[in-house]
Amino acid sequence: MRELAEPTATDGDTPQQPPLLVADDVRTYFRSARGLVRAVDGISLSLQRGRTLGIVGESGSGKSVLARSIMNILPQRSAIRAGGEIRIEGREIRNLPRSEMRKLWGLELAIVFQDPMTSLNPVIRVGDQLTESLRLRLGMRRGDAADRALELFRSVGIPAPQRRLREYPHQLSGGMRQRVTIAIALACEPKLLLADEPTTALDVTVQRQILDLLVARQRERQMATILVTHDFGVVAGRVDDTVVMYAGRAMERAPTALLFTAARHPYTDALLRSIPRLRNRPHTRLQAISGRPPDLVDPPVGCRFAPRCRHAQPRCLTDDPPLVPAEAPGHEYACFYPVGTDEGAGALERNLRAGQTAAGMPITPDAAGGRP
Amino acid sequence: MAQPESAAVTAEPRAEPGSGAGERHQRPGAARYGIVFWLAVAWLVIIGCCAAFAQWLPVGDPEEINVRDMLLAPSAEHLLGTDGTGRDVFARLVHGARVSVVVSLAAVAFGMLVGGTLGIMAGFFRGRFETVVMAVVDVILAFPGLVLLLALVAYVGQSLTAIALVIGFLSIPIYARVARANTLSVAEREFVLAARAMGAKRRRLLVSEVAPNVVLPLLAYALVATGVIIILEGSLAFLGLSVQPPTPTWGSMIAEGKRHLDTDPHVAAFPAVVMFLTVLSLNLVGDRLRNRFDVREANV
Repeated sequence: MRELAEPTATDGDTPQQPPLLVADDVRTYFRSARGLVRAVDGISLSLQRGRTLGIVGESGSGKSVLARSIMNILPQRSAIRAGGEIRIEGREIRNLPRSEMRKLWGLELAIVFQDPMTSLNPVIRVGDQLTESLRLRLGMRRGDAADRALELFRSVGIPAPQRRLREYPHQLSGGMRQRVTIAIALACEPKLLLADEPTTALDVTVQRQILDLLVARQRERQMATILVTHDFGVVAGRVDDTVVMYAGRAMERAPTALLFTAARHPYTDALLRSIPRLRNRPHTRLQAISGRPPDLVDPPVGCRFAPRCRHAQPRCLTDDPPLVPAEAPGHEYACFYPVGTDEGAGALERNLRAGQTAAGMPITPDAAGGRP
Repeated sequence: MAQPESAAVTAEPRAEPGSGAGERHQRPGAARYGIVFWLAVAWLVIIGCCAAFAQWLPVGDPEEINVRDMLLAPSAEHLLGTDGTGRDVFARLVHGARVSVVVSLAAVAFGMLVGGTLGIMAGFFRGRFETVVMAVVDVILAFPGLVLLLALVAYVGQSLTAIALVIGFLSIPIYARVARANTLSVAEREFVLAARAMGAKRRRLLVSEVAPNVVLPLLAYALVATGVIIILEGSLAFLGLSVQPPTPTWGSMIAEGKRHLDTDPHVAAFPAVVMFLTVLSLNLVGDRLRNRFDVREANV
């Protein structure tokens, strides 16, 4: 299925067409009592029509804020669009007024939120929540909208759709509710779908069903999709490219398969090592990343990951590493001492010999291990 | 029944156990609320019927004075006895329900409509509009209620409509506050953002996303407030400022019965008991309904 869909999406029409989404050095800050929170601090990415992108990062790395920046639905009072451009089909949208944005919302851009418990209106029947956008945005008549709603419910795998349409959100389980929010997001056939941790609030078996559903609908409609998650398992095998975010920055970007086999950034590497694996013996210690993400009000000078990085060298504490291309096309990383290179191996060795990194974090060899 | 359905859906999703929550909500109503609730509802229905059909009910003339029969004890002829001027207490109670019901319903409707609208808009649009509305509301709230009520009644007059409107006006601030507080929390919820991200206009967000979620708690509050207003009307009548005599009201009956408390307590006691039961019933029903709404929101 995948092999069939990909050539038409990438090789066929992308060279001539401009990317659907271009984000250039996007910065989104928030006012807080303690000062400016630099939630997204200079992210660039681009996405072709019909392609899928994963954004992975731990809590507080700015991935949800990035998704909301792209949607342009940041809270009006506290958010500051501190810089950068976001273009949809070549059109700058960062500073579009609400009335102009409304022409894009739903029709070009749609979003599925994390928690289906809160993203559906509790006092309105789910069918009405769905037909409302069909009627208002697409100008459908009541009867047509009802037929289309039924069809959408079927397409997202809701059993007994006719009956479910007349139910309230509290009558549906979490997985069913998330299917409803996906149906609503798909209602007007958007060109770009953002899914902001769409399965985090669901239990594991349902997670898989929802993710597979998203991927199936994405392939069927050739709809560009951004999947935001904190879980590498979610992006594996489901998205074309993956961006790893940390403290509001992109640490590494690569075709997803490559990221799992040839991660360059020590942060990506550490994240991959921390995934529990079935082939490990029982009671194997997980390799956690020590420390906490930096304070986004006052991020560290130099590389933001340096205080927790096993490779950290003096240079990492003063200079901010730019994104540089790796050997493979489409692979970029922001590190002076990347994993899998002589520089990186040398840096790790120096730190192991000293017993601590340049940032003063103690490290021991036993946790270093081989690549998983 | 379950067999073919689960077979049909195994290919895509498994049938999820959502039906359990549905069944809990479909239990028959009578069992869920208990006997006290239904007694309270029955009492309110009786009061409502009295108010609506008083002149067609076989209860005699509430304004017919018969000095010979004054202060009679309850008997077959006068079910609840007679008052200081020989008027039938039962007939007066039935007719007095009209004033209480009309005033409380009209006042609640007026207060909720105006106060609720102002509160929802203040909570939704924020900014200068909110500042102005809430400032006015606070000023009205800070004013001693009864004094303002007396002043307004003296100015507007003592007709049924005027009294209902004045009491309704006085309850605007409370509804505005309740509505604003609920709006503030509802407007932050994700489904409002989700609707915005689907391109809904602000007016649409206000009317179809926020307002339906604010109306439920507001209604539950209004039911309890109805009781308060019945008491308030009683106080006005007691002070002689409600609807003018000889129209019977529960409050004026208590005020009139006060003179005979030591000899014939039934004249004041019957209207007091009726008023008590009515307010109690309203509170019981209001509480129960509010619990139901809360449970439902907690489920969601």
